[in-house]
Amino acid sequence: MATETLKTPSGLRSKLRMEHVSKVFDRDGKSVPVLDDINLDVSEGEFICLVGPSGCGKSTLLNLTGGFLAPTSGSVTIDGQGVHGPDPRRILVFQERGVFPWLTVEGNIGFGLSKLSRVEREQRIAHYIQMVRLQGFEHTYPSDLSGGMKQRLQVARALAVNPDILFLDEPFGALDSVTRLIMRGELLRIWQTERRTIIFVTHDIDEAVQLADRVVVLSSRPAKIEDILTIDIAHPRNISSPRYLELRDELLRKIGLAYTV
Amino acid sequence: MTAIERENRSRSLSLSTRLRPIAFVVALLVLWQIAVSRHPDQLLPGPWAVVKAIGELLQRGLLLKYVVASLFRVTWGFALAAVLAIPLGLTIGWYRRGEMAIYPLVQIFRPISPLAWIPLAILWFGVGDLAAIFLIFVGCFFPLLLTAMSAVRNIPAVYINVGRNFGMSTAQFVYRVLYPAVIPQLIVGSRITMGIAWLVVVAAEMIAVNSGLGFLIIDARNAGNRYDLVIAGMLIIGTIGLLLDLGMRSLERVGSLRWSYSEE
Repeated sequence: MATETLKTPSGLRSKLRMEHVSKVFDRDGKSVPVLDDINLDVSEGEFICLVGPSGCGKSTLLNLTGGFLAPTSGSVTIDGQGVHGPDPRRILVFQERGVFPWLTVEGNIGFGLSKLSRVEREQRIAHYIQMVRLQGFEHTYPSDLSGGMKQRLQVARALAVNPDILFLDEPFGALDSVTRLIMRGELLRIWQTERRTIIFVTHDIDEAVQLADRVVVLSSRPAKIEDILTIDIAHPRNISSPRYLELRDELLRKIGLAYTV
Repeated sequence: MTAIERENRSRSLSLSTRLRPIAFVVALLVLWQIAVSRHPDQLLPGPWAVVKAIGELLQRGLLLKYVVASLFRVTWGFALAAVLAIPLGLTIGWYRRGEMAIYPLVQIFRPISPLAWIPLAILWFGVGDLAAIFLIFVGCFFPLLLTAMSAVRNIPAVYINVGRNFGMSTAQFVYRVLYPAVIPQLIVGSRITMGIAWLVVVAAEMIAVNSGLGFLIIDARNAGNRYDLVIAGMLIIGTIGLLLDLGMRSLERVGSLRWSYSEE
């Protein structure tokens, strides 16, 4: 394995690489191209946001990297190895309904931990309950949790199995704007302490500029990578600083939206 | 149901609300008694006569015997159908192509009343418990099969994907995702099917055996038009049906089962 090829432009070790990835769906006998020649290199520990018009194939791209779908052509590799199917080392967090309603908070977080010893499992569960601030809800079923708590639970269940990569598919899309803001802060805090590679799909420009190291802008279907924007602001980001607004405007322009209402 | 809805529901169940159905039944019984005493020439017995008939059945030791006989047949017929139809339905539902293959056959058999099987049941099993159990089995099999098939189909893809993502064996997947995801729907389907089983047993006992609550009703009529016993039998059947349903419903209150897709 040539280390040369495992370097990303930023010089860090490459974690995930997509080369000439295309995906064509077959719907009612018609072939629908969804992704067209996607090339992307993600370094270890990087926070990537995928943005683009709705229905452009962001989720499809995430499902390809997560192994839930196979590309029609091209290749997806993680740590130099091809992706063939889902793997507990990389967990996908879904937009909603991702937690199991038949398990308590504790049961959900422990879902992927059946191979551990009891003591280890309980420690791990307690650790992540604390991390996502669900103390006191250990024995609560999801039907009694708020939307934000359910999403925190889903993130905790994903982190508990110690994945290298976290894929998040509009995880806060169904939440109200205040909860969403809090959740972003929580995710950043967790990302900074645990340093996983994160690929985050969103349709929210602000969310992307607040969270990402790099924002990947996709075009409408069939999606191509339109542009990649590096967000060079250190965390915690001041969301009314000139640089933030500049990047936000640039991103809006790249998506092709006017930024006056 | 959210916490708030549950809270509201339990609060609204005050004592007077709880007593309302009982008060309604008492009022109906009084009306019934009045109507019967004003028209003594009718054959319909009044509630008091029915109570006495139930007392008579108790005294002769028939009540318990017949209830047990009917429950025995329902239990076996239902259990056999459940053991066969539920795993089969889950498997067929999981493999879409299997479902397409079996669907016409199921739709042909499903609308046939279980009672249409009576001649064949007697031919194959003779007059006795087996014939009655077979009829209940036939009556329960298709509803349970369809319940299981649709239960699998209704599992949201996201649960299946999460299960796959966490890297489990097929056995683990079945036990930890598939099974808990279908259980609430299976309970609802079983409740309805249990009602069908209870309907079929009465009819089966009128023809195929000489014990049980169905037999009680037909025998009371044949042996001297004892309509008080007929109505006593009907009331006992209804009461047991209610108890069976309440029993099944209590399962729905178990924490890990107390959810449904519509609430999510």
